[in-house]
Amino acid sequence: MTAQEIFEKLRTEAGDAVIECVVQPSYDPFIRIAPQAVFDICHSLRDDELLAFDYLMSLSATDLGDDLGVVYHLYSTKWKHKLVVKTQVPKDNPVVPSVERIWRSADWHEREAFDLLGVRFDGHHNLIRILLPYDWEGHPLRKDYRTPETYHGMKV
Amino acid sequence: MGLLNKLDDPYEGGGIVLGKVEELLNWGRSKSDWYLHFGLACCAIEFMAMNASHFDFMRFGTIPRTSPRQADFIMITGTVTFKMADRIKILYEQMAEPKYVISVGSCSNSGGPYWEHGYHVLKGIDQIIPVDVYIPGCPPRPEAFEEGMILLQKKISRQAIFNKRKRLGTE
Amino acid sequence: MSEKKKIDIEYSQLDSERMRINVGPQHPSTHGVLRLEVEVDGEIVTDVVPHLGYLHRSFEKHCEYMTYPQIIPYIDRMDYISAMNNEWPYVMALEKMLDVKVPEKVEYLRVIVAELNRIANHQIAVATFGLDAGAFTPFLFYFRDREYIIWILEKLSGARLLYNYFRVGGVAGDVYPTFKEECHDVIAKVRKTNAEVMNLLIHNNIFIKRTAGVGILTPDVAINYGCSGPVLRGSGMAHDLRRDEPYSIYDRFDFDIPVGKGEVGVVGDCWNRNMVRMHEMEQSCRIIEQALEQMPMEGDVTAAIPKRIKLPKGEIYSRAENPKGELGFYIVSNGTDKPERLKARGPSFVNLSVIPEISKGYMFADLILILGSIDIVLGEVDR
Ligand code: SF4
Repeated sequence: MTAQEIFEKLRTEAGDAVIECVVQPSYDPFIRIAPQAVFDICHSLRDDELLAFDYLMSLSATDLGDDLGVVYHLYSTKWKHKLVVKTQVPKDNPVVPSVERIWRSADWHEREAFDLLGVRFDGHHNLIRILLPYDWEGHPLRKDYRTPETYHGMKV
Repeated sequence: MGLLNKLDDPYEGGGIVLGKVEELLNWGRSKSDWYLHFGLACCAIEFMAMNASHFDFMRFGTIPRTSPRQADFIMITGTVTFKMADRIKILYEQMAEPKYVISVGSCSNSGGPYWEHGYHVLKGIDQIIPVDVYIPGCPPRPEAFEEGMILLQKKISRQAIFNKRKRLGTE
Repeated sequence: MSEKKKIDIEYSQLDSERMRINVGPQHPSTHGVLRLEVEVDGEIVTDVVPHLGYLHRSFEKHCEYMTYPQIIPYIDRMDYISAMNNEWPYVMALEKMLDVKVPEKVEYLRVIVAELNRIANHQIAVATFGLDAGAFTPFLFYFRDREYIIWILEKLSGARLLYNYFRVGGVAGDVYPTFKEECHDVIAKVRKTNAEVMNLLIHNNIFIKRTAGVGILTPDVAINYGCSGPVLRGSGMAHDLRRDEPYSIYDRFDFDIPVGKGEVGVVGDCWNRNMVRMHEMEQSCRIIEQALEQMPMEGDVTAAIPKRIKLPKGEIYSRAENPKGELGFYIVSNGTDKPERLKARGPSFVNLSVIPEISKGYMFADLILILGSIDIVLGEVDR
């Protein structure tokens, strides 16, 4: 299925939570969804017979200025089609439902997104830093991040 | 060095070699160094190749140890991050004197490719422990490892063991 | 499996106590600076908590400060054992965005170097896996052979380990006159050693006893955890991007996708995962032979490289089959010569996350084998 067809299918099921489908040159076609509906939509993306997106290739967070974006790259080993799903949340309250219970691979990806960009995934069973030390301050991949002067007495 | 040259000397036959005890001890020390291999990143893969068939690091008399308490020198091969730095310090402190440090690769020498924007990379292992030999390269070739080892052996064989303080002039 | 069961019963009759043991971060058999917090009940592993980040080198932050060609050396340093394979999806993404046509000769050269590097990677993987099981000789055999591969790659690119060889629209160095003969030579050596190791290690009774039936990963779990590469194929799923989504010129070659068949042990156990790697080396040899035959020898390999690289505004996710699995790059471009965001999806990172799932209930010594059979590289896990 192409992104457009998937979009129409989801639109009939989930309504306005599926915002738009963007197909334009030099972009992988993607579907934008509302952050509150992430869990439900992802659930139907995985469990629907015709979609069967059982493989989460990658989950990335990006800094979009005022917002934080979360991008899901999905793949179906059954139908061999791909989909990009995007959502975005404001920086001062970046809460996205966790999809860890749908794809277990999201567990570490989400922890990484939390660690480096500070997106909080609601419903994740163990949302702690994964790469940086537990006592590190700030989220380094944010554009406004300032590198600290020292860490444990060592110059950075 | 010193001692071995005397063995070739035709004037002192009869299997007797005259030399200083210190030289003898240093000769022994420098030719049998046990090391704690601290493999961290890409340089460690090159060090694995160094240990294997073509280059055979053990011909320098080195034996890898897994415990710092049995090691004469520590070989830091790779990028040192802040999360790791504390542990390296602890390991170094556990080693028995005399102890030496070889820093392998640009990363542990100075931060290497990550010196500018690496917010989580220690810019040089010498910020936390003293280093005896620096081996440059990213990664260093096995030949460079060899040279580094030879340099360390040279350093050890020149060291004073007895009356150390007197010689160093601190008394 | 029945033997395993027996051990369980014997152990349950013993008095045992739960303990938490720390493995790593500096441990000879963790394949890098991984730290595992293991909870054991006597000898049986009851829980594993991996702690990462001991090699977090701020790769993604660096990318935001570097121009596109400057990023390639950093990508080498992610999965430093198979640097050639790493560069490929990244360069492919840029070529797709810029619409650069890659010359025929370059495509063949890329296939050859990538497959050579794949062999070198699997050699290290099998060698260190052998070490974990207590076999030292295959390590020496494989490192001897790997050196010949490195010499070829060194003559092409100038470096032994981190090549920086792929460029947008080309490669950095042309073939040299004796290239073909040397490749054939190396393939013959690889095959000979593989045959030896098959006897010495793979079908060795001790090795089979240690690895067969240990760390069983079923295909559903593997997919759900996002595993790829030999880990997924060892579970019997023939998922290979070279075949499923043929990039470059992989559709021109005739090769098989080895999967775990369970000749020994159970499909999805350590032995089968390792066996997939052995077979893959053979398949890589076949691909190289065909590529060498078809490759045009004339033509410039650097002609199509653009002088200045400025990507149009857009996004791309590009993936390719790394020896360890599916390596993906998600690039967000803002129209300048530096990326806005670059996220790397490392196969080791994802494959490693399955460890707590598949190592519960086995002996502590098996945990090290399970870890070895997954074949991780910490440079890519932590980035
Ligand atoms: S110096 Fe280069 S090769 Fe060595 S660890 Fe650092 S980046 Fe890797």
